Formats: sequence, structure tokens, C-alpha cells
Amino acid sequence: MTEEKEIICIGCPIGCKVVGIFNAQKLIDIKGYQCERGREYAIKEFTNPVRVLSTTVRIEGAMVPLLPVKTTGPIPKKMLFRCMKFLAQVVVYAPVKMGDVIVKDILGTGVDVVATRTLERMERKI
Amino acid sequence: MEYVDVAVIGGGPAGMAAAVAAKENGAERVMIIERDRGLGGILQQCIHPGFGLHYFKEELTGPEYAERFIRKVEELGIETKLDTMVLDIDKSRKIHYVNPEEGVGYLEAGAVVLAMGCRERTRGAINIPGTRPAGIFTAGTAQRLINMDGLIPGRKLVILGSGDVGLIMARRFTLEGAEVKAVVEIMPYPNGLARNIMQCLIDFDIPLLLSHTVTRIFGKERVEGVEISQVDENFNPIPGTEEYIECDTLLLSVGLIPENELSEKAGVELDPVTNGPVVDEFRQTSLEGIFAAGNVLQVHDLVDDVSKEAEITGRSAALYAKGELRAREILMKAIPGENVRYVVPQILRRGDGHVEFFMRVTKPMERVKLVIRNSDVSFKRLFARPGEMMKVKLRESHFKRLKGKKEIIFDIVEDDD
Repeated sequence: MTEEKEIICIGCPIGCKVVGIFNAQKLIDIKGYQCERGREYAIKEFTNPVRVLSTTVRIEGAMVPLLPVKTTGPIPKKMLFRCMKFLAQVVVYAPVKMGDVIVKDILGTGVDVVATRTLERMERKI
Repeated sequence: MEYVDVAVIGGGPAGMAAAVAAKENGAERVMIIERDRGLGGILQQCIHPGFGLHYFKEELTGPEYAERFIRKVEELGIETKLDTMVLDIDKSRKIHYVNPEEGVGYLEAGAVVLAMGCRERTRGAINIPGTRPAGIFTAGTAQRLINMDGLIPGRKLVILGSGDVGLIMARRFTLEGAEVKAVVEIMPYPNGLARNIMQCLIDFDIPLLLSHTVTRIFGKERVEGVEISQVDENFNPIPGTEEYIECDTLLLSVGLIPENELSEKAGVELDPVTNGPVVDEFRQTSLEGIFAAGNVLQVHDLVDDVSKEAEITGRSAALYAKGELRAREILMKAIPGENVRYVVPQILRRGDGHVEFFMRVTKPMERVKLVIRNSDVSFKRLFARPGEMMKVKLRESHFKRLKGKKEIIFDIVEDDD
């Protein structure tokens, strides 16, 4: 029983549609790519897709209630939701500087979560 | 009255880049007037990565991109008036503003840069029939609520429009635990970047329904569902294709409109297609000494392009304030031709050096040639897509070949070679 999965290559602005053909969850063929870089991207996408996660954590004592954060590198796609759950519990306190590590090595991925904005200490006016 | 050399209306990416360029090009007093509490504009709510690849040669999130410019603004001693709303600008470049500290105030400027950005088209602008319940948001408003205020506007969503903000919000809502039932796009092709279709929709198995639109909204107090229909080639709903989707929220990502109330009141001539000011290659509007940059001028896809455009604007404003940019007659006009919806800048006063033109096409095409009509100047492109702005640089050598023309007409045609 073969199965097909379609992705769009993001290697360049052309955006080729690439189809991966799987047999018992094993990648056996790729169609639709137009260059070597596209082929490599597709293999990676079909076997071990990774993403940079950007989200927010709560912050106390700043002008806004949320601090934007991101992972410093890509994490496995299947870890996205687990990392979201984890970060939902995190609260930080102002001041925070852009680049400050908020979570070190999140859930054993080897990737840190850092602040993407500087927020000074400030009492919030309602 | 207080005098500044260059006054910049708006502290988003365009305003900051223009202010920095003005200062770097010799304007002594440069002031940014911003109605929000801080600088950065809409970048502060765009917490996702994808910014800066061209301008900074590295991938940044919106707040990071903003912060680089905020630092430059501070380092260069550019003044800011925050929490300040500009009420009027007049032809003599007198600016009338209001803020909680000073009340009403006036400012005189050697040159003015319009950098007010744009705002989102709303339900009213696209006329969806049905009831008027709570739960209908523009995608950008939802983005601000989620990313800056910590509020989630809904749990089960339908998104109308496949523009980038809509796609980004589909992912954001999904990551925050909401369910995005579908993204509905009236055009037969998606409007957003391929990267966003992949990483925001396909990644989370969110269906993208092309050639579909929302034809009715249900619910009394709160949205309870929407009816979607397939559309024909004239974008009219096809009877019999109606389908009901249960949801509590409808997000609209149906386009942006440059925010030009101030420009219009001042008497700046607007382009009916871009809805932004008509400008020359210095980004000077029809009023001398008033310049424009960023989404107030034309809606861009990439902030990197905004920063680059605003540098031209800021530099021109500084030159004008110093009396080094003298008035000139119109030399030639840039006119949209075949499959071109608009061209910016619309006017050339010098027609030399190199000038970058920005344009948008009407319909998607593969392997195209951008031709200047009745000339031997042409450029090849792999594709032309309405969702991706096309850019072309005319250089000294091109202008020599175009000499004597009063109009340069841009056509996008199939490339036969």
C-alpha cells in the first residue's frame, strides 16, 4: 500500500510542488522537484521535518503582558506542540533584553528559547 | 513655533528607516511622531520569523527587526513624540498634533515624510451578508490580541483570504490550541507566499479552499457558523455549492488599504490603484517637501523592501530640507501596461542614475518578459504573481535608450525565446 504526501519546496520563490511516495511509512520515491537543493529539502521534509518555533511567554512588570520568544534553531516538527505546552507555564519578570535565554535546552532538543524583544521594567497602566 | 528639519509621521519600519536615512544624510533635527506607546509599528505583533533576509542577511522575527532600527534611532539622537496623533498637515508643512502631555501642539518641518502605513480591509469593505454577531475579526487585530494582549479571540475558526497575515494566524491559532477549520480564498490561486502555505497550512493539515468565499454569517450574539460557496470565474457564488461550517470566529485577511486621510486632507494627489500618493523617484508627493514611504505609498510584501524604499525617501527629505533638492518639471511618466496593475514611482523628474520600479501584476504567468513598450529594453523573469511584487531597476544605460519618451509603459508578456 503506497501513500502520497505533498509539500511545497521553500528553497526559492518558484515554490515547486513535491510529492513524496511512502510504502509502509518509508519514503520510496520523490517527484516534482526541479533542482538538487529541492531534492535534498524534500528528503529532509519527508523524513525529519524541523521548524523554528516562535511564540510568547508571560511577563510581569512590563508595558505589555507578553514577551515574544523563539527557538534559536529548528526543532523537530513533532515537538512543536509539546514545546508550546511547556512554554505556556513559563513566566518571566521584566526587565528582559532581546537575546536573553528564557529556557535553556527546551525539552532536551538542544535548542534554547530566547527573548526577541527588550522589555523594560514598567508598571502597566490599565 | 518649534522647527524640525525632517518630521516623520509614523514610527513603524518605514518611518524609522526614513528618519535614520534623513539623519545620516545631514538633516539636523529629525523627529518621529507616533501614535502608539512605542516604536516598531506592526512589526511588534509579528512575532514569527521571516523578516530581514534581504536587508540584514539573516532571518529575524518582527520585534527583532524593529529593535535593530529602534537602536539606530536612539544612537543617532532622533527625537520621538510617542502617544501622539497628528491631526493635520498643511501645504506649508505645519503639523498639528495632539497628545496627553502637551494637549494640542504645532510643529513646523523643513520636510515631511508620510509613513502612516496601512490598515486592514473589514467586513464592510467586502459586504458579507448575514447577522452581525461578535466573533468577526480582521487577522491583524486577532494577531495583536494573541501576541501582545494575551487574549485568544476564538476556538474554532474559518479564515477568509489567503494573504500572509491570514496564513500566519492560521498557524498561530493552531499552536495556541484553537482549531482552524479552513482557509477560504476567492481567487483560484493562493495570495500568500509559498513558504507560508507550506509552514502554516500544510504543516497542520488545514484545508485551503481556492475559488471559494464566505456567502453568509450565522449567529445572534456570537458567530455560530458560516456558509461558504464555490465561485465562478467572475467571482459570483455558484448556487448549489453552499456548505455550512460550524465555527465561533471568522477572521478576515482580505487586503490592506494605505492610510492616507492625512495626505488627502493636505491635498496630496493619490493614485486610484495603489491608494497611495503619486510619487517621483525621490518619493516626493505632488506637494513639494512632502515625501512618502512604506505601506502608505503601496502595500508591500516584505518589510525589507519597505526599509530600502524608506531610505530613498529619508535621504530625499534631508536633501530637500537642506535646499539641495530643487523643483523640476515632470520628465516622464511610468504607466502600467499589459498585465500590470500599477507602477511606483509613477513619475520621473530626472530619469537618470538608477531607479527601481515596483509593480504588481493582474494575473499569474510563468516565464515572462517585462518589456518597456516601443523600446528595446526588456527583462526576463521566471514568473509573475499578483501576490509577489515585481521589481526592476532601470540604469543609466536604459535611460539613454529611453531618451525622449514622455511615457514609459511597462508590459508583462509571455517570453517566447
